[in-house]
Amino acid sequence: MEKEEVVVIDAKDMDYRELNEKIREILDKNPSIKKIILKNVLGQRYIGNGIRKRDLTIEIYGVPGGDLGMFMSGPTIIVYGNTEHAPGNTMDDGKIIIHGSGGDVTGHSMRGGKIFVRDDVGYRSGIHMKEYRDKFPVLVIGGRAKDFLGEYMAGGMILVLNIDREGKDLGKIKGRMIGTGIHGGCIYIRGKVDEFQLGVAADIKEFTEEDREKIKGYIQEFCKYFNLSDDIREKLINSEYTKIAPVSKRPFGKLYTPDLR
Amino acid sequence: MIPSAVPPKFKVEIDREKCMLCGRCVEECSWGVYRKERDRIVIYSNRCGACQRCVVMCPRDAITVIENTTCWRSHPLWTIEVREDIINQSKTGRVLLSATGNAKEYPIYFDHIVLDACQVTNPPIDPLREPMELRTYIGKKPKKLEFEFVEEEVEGKKIKRAKLKTKIAPNLKLETPIMIAHMSYGALSLNAHLAMAKAVKECGTYMGSGEGGLHRALYPYADHIITQVASGRFGVDVDYLNIGAAIEIKIGQGAKPGIGGHLPGEKVTAEVSMTRMIPEGTDAISPAPHHDIYSIEDLAQLVRSLKEATRWKKPVFVKIAAVHNVAAIANGIATSDADAVVIDGFRGGTGAAPKVFRDHVGIPIEIAIAAVDERLREEGVRNEISIIASGGIRSSADVFKAIALGADAVYIGTAVLIALGCRVCGRCYTGQCAWGIATQKPELVNRLDVEEGARRVANLIKAWTLELKELLGAAGINAIESLRGNRDRLRGVGLNEVELKALGIKHAGF
Ligand code: SF4
Ligand code: SF4
Repeated sequence: MEKEEVVVIDAKDMDYRELNEKIREILDKNPSIKKIILKNVLGQRYIGNGIRKRDLTIEIYGVPGGDLGMFMSGPTIIVYGNTEHAPGNTMDDGKIIIHGSGGDVTGHSMRGGKIFVRDDVGYRSGIHMKEYRDKFPVLVIGGRAKDFLGEYMAGGMILVLNIDREGKDLGKIKGRMIGTGIHGGCIYIRGKVDEFQLGVAADIKEFTEEDREKIKGYIQEFCKYFNLSDDIREKLINSEYTKIAPVSKRPFGKLYTPDLR
Repeated sequence: MIPSAVPPKFKVEIDREKCMLCGRCVEECSWGVYRKERDRIVIYSNRCGACQRCVVMCPRDAITVIENTTCWRSHPLWTIEVREDIINQSKTGRVLLSATGNAKEYPIYFDHIVLDACQVTNPPIDPLREPMELRTYIGKKPKKLEFEFVEEEVEGKKIKRAKLKTKIAPNLKLETPIMIAHMSYGALSLNAHLAMAKAVKECGTYMGSGEGGLHRALYPYADHIITQVASGRFGVDVDYLNIGAAIEIKIGQGAKPGIGGHLPGEKVTAEVSMTRMIPEGTDAISPAPHHDIYSIEDLAQLVRSLKEATRWKKPVFVKIAAVHNVAAIANGIATSDADAVVIDGFRGGTGAAPKVFRDHVGIPIEIAIAAVDERLREEGVRNEISIIASGGIRSSADVFKAIALGADAVYIGTAVLIALGCRVCGRCYTGQCAWGIATQKPELVNRLDVEEGARRVANLIKAWTLELKELLGAAGINAIESLRGNRDRLRGVGLNEVELKALGIKHAGF
């Protein structure tokens, strides 16, 4: 029998353990499967948790629960709906594309992979993202982020595009305490950000053409996933951004008095 | 200028008669106390922390380190320590850093508790001749067992066989209730970690990885290692979670409850960077809270998330510092699918903690164990979750008392380091440890012989295990299970009524 490439699971009224075990079983039985479609998802947590398979796509219809794609390393998750808190938690590699908004701490402690959120994200998103060797986590937010974006950030990139679903500008962002405790990585926010909106250890740096080159590819990817027009894409690429980076790599280096007598 | 140097704490003396100018002390002291100048060893006593490395290594036994006797006008309130700290802080304007555990003179309850033994009516057991069960299972135990009966034919006869229906959660099997506490690679050297790993494997017990991933060299021992997940999530990926014997979520630590950790960039060497999965030379900052945990429900979510990542095959522990409301928190943890709660008392050691935290925050482990055990019993969940106690456990007697107060097992840390050579000099955070324990400098790390270290640590665990058996035998108990929470076998000496009540024990004489 030819093994199926696509499997559909109806998650209606299904407990999270049952749903996740079902996904694992499918992967065990058919390691070459390409796509799993989950219908009627309503609050089930940990979908995609710890799965290592590069060529797998999980499509989710509905609203998945917290810790979507936690520890995930490879797959692509596409959500047609909003997500609960901490999608991409401690993610290692792969992609999460959210056709809606992400909850608080979106991308918590991400080490690699990419998250694209069409609308907004909650508080403390991108907290403690960190890069390592060839791993470089990227969080792209179409709309806006609540306060404490990129707190403790240690590596990777956060890009805030500041547009609504139609691609219209949302005006000056309101978030505060941006990049508080940041000691690595970089945050790009489309439009102007004032000094008072930054947290400790964060600094506004000059946005250069080199920076524009760095974010270009991610903007193109974002526009492709969410079907935005060429005009919008070009507008986003050619807009002015505020670059927020650490004041120093050692924000807390001078905190202690060793008792060295 | 205001001169701000404080007198050296220790005075180093060389017996010039004995000294043969071999220069060994110059080489051995990583703190730079000695310098050779033509036919003389020059001493800088102000750099000495009394780690005794030179004393032990001098081939002529020519070195003595004594407490410096420079006199400060004595004052009951303005102690020397207080005055020194103020002088230092007024110079730098920074937080005082310290190591080891709480160094203030709070009561040590272990030393005010005595044990019971059998006389006449209930004969003691000799563990050398009779079986003595120390095996301990850490993990969730079912509330009740359900069986189903299946009919089978055996040799032509139909019989009913009972089969266990209840699913038993995975448990850790310990041959002795003594495990080695989480001390991270990064804070400790690789040789120290390897020595501990070999020892626990030999003793049939476990060690903690500490926060910061697991070095590849430890993978062969991973089935005896509990991997830790802390707020920084350093080195945490699917492999790390699945390779260990169990997973421990670190919420807090006895030496510094309520604050995070901070491994300075200097200590993030190439090797440390690989296990933590961060670039070389960057600060590794662990935030104070896990930012995906703001409530007991969130904690339950992380517990389940780790269970999902391991397909419910690994026990998950939650470690908290012993604080005022430890019992309520532990009860919350018990409701979360966690398999064990680890309580770290305020004497718990550390490689680096702000002194003000080390010395002033948290509560004694003895009282915390009693409070948690009591509360979990009241809630009817004590049997479903294991209690692991740590923080200042110094001897088999302390282990025995901790278990009788209500723990299932203990973690020991500083005691293991002492077995490896540590002299509790309290300067681990400098990364200069002359004994090769709390350092990443290759020339210092190489001083610690892995095989010999493993033997010492195994010896210590075995010696305490034997003593535990003897103590149990004397109490007429033949299984550690029967000691757990058996506070009737303890009596307080010199404790007041409130203390006795908190510990749930009677005073001697009653
Ligand atoms: S190690 Fe002992 S004998 Fe050698 S130089 Fe130092 S004090 Fe003298
Ligand atoms: S580990 Fe080393 S530096 Fe730390 S207290 Fe022990 S001897 Fe001193």
